[in-house]
Amino acid sequence: MKRAVFNNNWVAAAMVAPQLLIIFIFFYWPTSQALYWAFTLEQPWGGGNTWVGFDNFKAILWDDLYWYSVQVSVIYAIGSTALAVGMALILAVFVDRQLRGFKSYKIGMIWPYAIAAPAVGLAFRFIFNPGAGVMLYVNEVFPGAWNPNSNGSHAMMMVIIAGAWKQVAYNFIFFLAGLQSIPRSLLEAGAMDGARVLRRMRDIQLPLLAPTFFFVLVINITDSFTDSFGIVDTMTGGGPARATNLMVFKIFNDGFQGLDYSGAAAQSIILMFLVVALTFVQFRYIERKVHYT
Amino acid sequence: MIERTPLLNVFTHLILLSGVIVMLFPMYLVFVAASLSLKDVSAIPPHILPGDQLWVNMAAAWEKAGFGEKFLNTFIVAFGVVVGKITLACITAFGIVFFDHRLRMPIFWCVFITLMLPLEVRIVPTYAVAANALQPFQVLLDVTGISWLINSLSGIEVALEWNLLNSYTGLIMPLVATATGTFLYRQFFLTIPDELVEAAKMDGAGPVRFLREILIPLSVTNIAALATIMFVYSWNQYLWPLLVITDQSYGMVAVELGRLVPKISSTGGEVAKWNIAMAGTLIVMIPPILVVIFMQRWFVRGLINTDK
Repeated sequence: MKRAVFNNNWVAAAMVAPQLLIIFIFFYWPTSQALYWAFTLEQPWGGGNTWVGFDNFKAILWDDLYWYSVQVSVIYAIGSTALAVGMALILAVFVDRQLRGFKSYKIGMIWPYAIAAPAVGLAFRFIFNPGAGVMLYVNEVFPGAWNPNSNGSHAMMMVIIAGAWKQVAYNFIFFLAGLQSIPRSLLEAGAMDGARVLRRMRDIQLPLLAPTFFFVLVINITDSFTDSFGIVDTMTGGGPARATNLMVFKIFNDGFQGLDYSGAAAQSIILMFLVVALTFVQFRYIERKVHYT
Repeated sequence: MIERTPLLNVFTHLILLSGVIVMLFPMYLVFVAASLSLKDVSAIPPHILPGDQLWVNMAAAWEKAGFGEKFLNTFIVAFGVVVGKITLACITAFGIVFFDHRLRMPIFWCVFITLMLPLEVRIVPTYAVAANALQPFQVLLDVTGISWLINSLSGIEVALEWNLLNSYTGLIMPLVATATGTFLYRQFFLTIPDELVEAAKMDGAGPVRFLREILIPLSVTNIAALATIMFVYSWNQYLWPLLVITDQSYGMVAVELGRLVPKISSTGGEVAKWNIAMAGTLIVMIPPILVVIFMQRWFVRGLINTDK
């Protein structure tokens, strides 16, 4: 709280008005619309929406395809998060030893952050393409070993690897920043007590990195639920046989291809609750961090 | 370095090198594919060394995707989003921090909650709003009976309409609201000492002058940090442009990329020209990668400060 302030509240109103207007139009209004659509059904011949209560939600929750999409999304979330967080953590811990050339290593890990999801998707779709490049060769040697176009688990693996690859840079930046905020004197004290490098990593650096780790974990899970559209759309289009039909992709498809606004809105609401829940978990972490430091 | 650990150092370098290779190798394969002819891309065994067709393929991709126009569009949108986000973040935070009114915390929370509503979860209704940005006000007027009142008093039918589809405004507007940027600016403004405000007031500066001549020059590092992140963010937009743009003269690069090869589900006879597609991928990747590498310091700072 500031003590010295300006008194002209009209200026304050003018300052906050543009942003409030934009978030009202593009955030709160669409959200309320999603709620409205989720509880109503549009009449096929026009003439407004009729209130149907929880029918849209029931229809979704009774739909096997929806649960399949949830299951696939959870597999994707776990797979890509584990891969991206694990790899970034190992790399950050070793880069933080600051051996010769660590700045080059750092740039080597960071740059993929800049690549757009569809570019990553397209690149990995090519790399894992059974009909061209490296995988064509693999298939030539072991016929039928790899075909993401018809094998669901191959497709899922491909999407997970692409998603994780894209996320490593982001996680790495946070882990490295977290590690560098650990006072060097702690590590030196550990060394004085006879702890070698790996022991110091295990008993000093990793425990002190726990808050960052938790933060990155939650962000990764949230992102894998909301931010996976570009990769799925360019790589598999949700197939084969819906094996990579992630929740975001299903909402998009049901809404814009199937024109089932009510169903898509109800799915959006469920996904929104998921994001809100995850964000709350994250807020709790922020609060704890404030208390402890 | 605290002690000598030659063996572990070798091990460390090995791990880090393999990490860099994992990061680089996919893009190396993209580069190789982009430099081969179509016949060589599907050769067995695969080519591991680049060929000599890179410029030919890049030119072909540039031609096929119409990147000249798309690059211009993407730069316009990225510029709009960057400037819009920074301006909005700055003035909103200013209105919250440097004035004493009861709404400061409610407004802050209003902005902050939008973090929980990513575009992906409200995509269908946001599209409806983009089709008519004044629809919320129309509905409010209708529900409160004001449009009926106006209609019966003056005979004017109230029909507000502002279509944002296929326009730069439609691409930019929904992306400029920024909770993280506002948060970053608020944190920064809270560190400005009260004495500075008092001195400015004593010298007769009003709030706008204080913002323009003291706060903005002080926040250049903030601006640089936000600008790098927001540039990458807007350059890489995919889902939103995919929806609001049907007129290709407003297309953006990331979306165009998805069209370089036929969708996996399509059963047309078109052969996927992977060499051209990979050349296109390279072209699209270059600008944000350059920004990230050359603005690394600002970029890392911005990322870490906005997301916490």
